Amino acid sequence: MFKIFEPNKIFLINSKTSKYILFLFITVLTIGLVEALFLSPEDYIQSHSVRIMYVHVPSAWISLGIFSLIALLSIVSFIFKNKNFSIIAKSLAPSGFVFNIIALVTGSIWGKPTWGTWWAWDARITSMLILLLFYAMYILAWRIFDKNEKVIKITSVIAILGVINVPIIKFSVDWWSTLHQDSSVNILSESTIHSSMLVPLLLMTAAFSLFSLLIFLMKYNTELIKIKNKGLDRL
Amino acid sequence: MYGKKVKLRILFISLLLVSVALSIYLILKSLEENVVYFLSPTEIRNLVEIENKKIRVGGMVKNNSIIIDSENVNFIITDFKNEINVNYSGPVPNLFEEGKGVVAEGFLKDQSFLIAEKILAKHDENYMPPEVAESLKDK
Repeated sequence: MFKIFEPNKIFLINSKTSKYILFLFITVLTIGLVEALFLSPEDYIQSHSVRIMYVHVPSAWISLGIFSLIALLSIVSFIFKNKNFSIIAKSLAPSGFVFNIIALVTGSIWGKPTWGTWWAWDARITSMLILLLFYAMYILAWRIFDKNEKVIKITSVIAILGVINVPIIKFSVDWWSTLHQDSSVNILSESTIHSSMLVPLLLMTAAFSLFSLLIFLMKYNTELIKIKNKGLDRL
Repeated sequence: MYGKKVKLRILFISLLLVSVALSIYLILKSLEENVVYFLSPTEIRNLVEIENKKIRVGGMVKNNSIIIDSENVNFIITDFKNEINVNYSGPVPNLFEEGKGVVAEGFLKDQSFLIAEKILAKHDENYMPPEVAESLKDK
């Protein structure tokens, strides 16, 4: 069932598609940036500082999405002893980590002009910081432990424990009173963001996703080359 | 169809997830008063005693309640059930406005009076261009 994820198959797809993805990424990013910075309207309360949202929100979404994906891959890898899944998870981590930092930093920059503070220890922001710590632990664990079996187990457990934080982040604004506002883009109920602002938001999300995919493919390639050099039994 | 080891590992992961999720739930539940960023005026009213401790109160700035004199900003935070008077001196954030969300941090003098040291604006989840907001207002 996992045949399609065989390393050499992905390697083949990878070397061909990277340049198409790069092209697509640049196109979507350009359109997204023009929409976000010039074409989209200013907000009725926040005026132009609302434009930080087009970087902040996609970054946060992607860092959450990637961590969930890492946890899912880790669970499958842990249960079925599929080492390749762990390598895929490992290669996803850097872009998730970077987007998590971007979400926190842009949030801080956005917080000053709107809320009047750079940082607040409210549930949403603190849980996002905890996610960053889990990303850091996950990435560090891969570097610290080098015994094949051990590193896969430890990193899997970190990812699986960390993923419990993901729904906490998502629902923190509903469960507790926070300084952070509630979510504006909802799947089940009506979104509270005007369509002219939703378009650049989704475009930027697509661009950042493509960027993550690109970084993932590069990282994954490097991992595969490392494995090849060391002999196939060693991951 | 799966081997015994695989089943054991599935069981292990499920137990791990459930137990950790439950413990985190219990911890957060017992720490609830520290997890919330601010209290509403109603919650302040229901406090049994007022401690001399820094506290945050959040809600809406009541319409027509902001009074600014040479040094002080006075206003009322409301959650539409109860109200609390706030006295503050210092700069206010840009989004501080009547009818908008606010969080005030400071010391309670009594159950309806707060001496604030810091004012934060809380904005809601609505984003729209000014023209749309204008047309909504007209309706």
